[in-house]
Amino acid sequence: MERLTEKKLAHLYTNANRIRELIIESLLHAGSGHSAGPLGMADIFSALYFHILTHNPKDALWDERDRVVLSNGHICPVQYATLALAGYFPIKELLTLRKIDSRLQGHPHRNSIPGIETTSGPLGSGLSQSIGMALALSLDKKRNRVYCMMSDGEHQEGNTWEAVMFAGKKKLSNLTAIIDRNNIQIDGFTEDTMPLEPFRKKYEAFGWNVIDVDGHNIEEFIYSVLEAQAVYEKPTAILAHTIPGKGVTFMERNYLWHGKSPNKEEAERAIKEIRSLGNKISHE
Amino acid sequence: MNNEEMKLNSKFFSHAPDEAPTRDGFGDALVELGKENERVVALTADLKESTRVEAFSKQFPERFFEVGVAEQNLVTIAAGLAVMGKVPFITSYATFSPGRNWEQIRTTVCYNDVNVNIAGHHAGLMTGPDGATHQALEDIALMRTLPNMTVFVPCDKEEARKATKAMTHIKGGGYIRLSRDVSPIITTKETPFIPGKANVLWESKRPKVTIFACGTMVSRALYAAEELEKEGIGSIVINIHTIKPIDSKTIIAYAKKTKCVVTAEEHQIAGGLGSVVAEVLAMNFPVPQEFVGVKDTFGESGTPNELFEKYGLGIKDIKEAVKNVVVRIK
Repeated sequence: MERLTEKKLAHLYTNANRIRELIIESLLHAGSGHSAGPLGMADIFSALYFHILTHNPKDALWDERDRVVLSNGHICPVQYATLALAGYFPIKELLTLRKIDSRLQGHPHRNSIPGIETTSGPLGSGLSQSIGMALALSLDKKRNRVYCMMSDGEHQEGNTWEAVMFAGKKKLSNLTAIIDRNNIQIDGFTEDTMPLEPFRKKYEAFGWNVIDVDGHNIEEFIYSVLEAQAVYEKPTAILAHTIPGKGVTFMERNYLWHGKSPNKEEAERAIKEIRSLGNKISHE
Repeated sequence: MNNEEMKLNSKFFSHAPDEAPTRDGFGDALVELGKENERVVALTADLKESTRVEAFSKQFPERFFEVGVAEQNLVTIAAGLAVMGKVPFITSYATFSPGRNWEQIRTTVCYNDVNVNIAGHHAGLMTGPDGATHQALEDIALMRTLPNMTVFVPCDKEEARKATKAMTHIKGGGYIRLSRDVSPIITTKETPFIPGKANVLWESKRPKVTIFACGTMVSRALYAAEELEKEGIGSIVINIHTIKPIDSKTIIAYAKKTKCVVTAEEHQIAGGLGSVVAEVLAMNFPVPQEFVGVKDTFGESGTPNELFEKYGLGIKDIKEAVKNVVVRIK
């Protein structure tokens, strides 16, 4: 990972907003899909693909790459937008999201488009798959890392905790779970639907290193990943506290935007707000 | 008549067969694979000894993973390993894997199209005294409906060994159905085993019926054929060791030859071997068919033989099905 300069940091924030725009545009064309989660993770995806990861957009299957698994596959618009922006495939292809014959499936599918490592979406199976990848890397004595992107809601799945238990037992330090703690799920707020707290204590009890970060502070997030890389005796869970719908005021913190896409008028309002940095500057 | 080309075990037809559980053949193959292929890894969910993965775990400890009682984790970790090019075998009881973790198999193995090999142990009534909770009677149906999945139901220990070894060469997921208790050894090392190619084990001179059987019902079908021969009813017995992909060609050819068929399986009639044969024939060459299998019910505790008799899977049940089907030919 290169040194994080002021200039680079500003670039990462710019990319995050560009990712947000692309998310809104692809969701508008798709006519269905999830809005809040992808917007909330734009800063983290920008940090990952434009600073943290060892990867090569021109050679998606490069053997020395780090692996990213999107366990909460429903937020794939953010991954697609980021991959396209990074050069994995043409940006205009984002407009085919969820359409017939598209390479951009409604949930991520392995090898459907460059940059997607495995099939995911049904919640709770991504962390286990990431464990399998981390074990394989260890068996092959490789030093690449596995990053598993997870939702908070999927911690209601039994499969997730089977995986948390296993990674703790095996002390998989090449595995980092990045959890989008945005407090919403389809039926409402997580703590009303099925409480997840105390999140940190639960992971610690299973033998993980846990770091709480502001998921919209890119600098802080990058330092948390550096810490995860430095911890050799445990897997690390980064609890990224995010605002669902971040960047679009009328979507922010509203669980009704969890599983919904914007109409034309809403999309225009959203893009205007993103481009004007929350109406702080005039756009275009 | 015993088909000489199949090089079957002579002791079987002298009614003094060697006996062993099919799970032993799986365990032997796993050790052979461990030596032959560095990419082979094995995972179990707290059933190392009874699923016969213990020998592998001792010889290749670095390639063996104990996941505890967690079948969903079992298969999804294996999927991650397979994505990276490893060739995992996962072992548990069939009621739990593929029973409990079916969606994970569907998404992370089949749709993902990776070579994860699932050993479903303690399948069928052969599980005996453990009772209905542990007697998987639906696993063939669960696995054969999945795209990118191959399904093997070996008839004896030797065939289980060969099927297990074949699984590493087949793209996508694989399922092998295994039994706890001993069954007669019908085949030999020399018996051909080609995935997807059914084996004609018995062929009378003037056959009136074809019996398609799989797994533990193959030996019963052969003994039924012997008795029927003495009673003047010639038959053909075909071992369908691969349920998917199904050998349609052989099934159609023999349906044309005998004009009626019987299927025999230690599984629910719904969705198993009988259903596969019915699908093939309905689309290509419809003939009368009788189904020997479990009739939409659960099992119970008892010895395997008691259970096979009580639930209509005995030699006499196959003979009765044959007698019922031959009179249905118009």
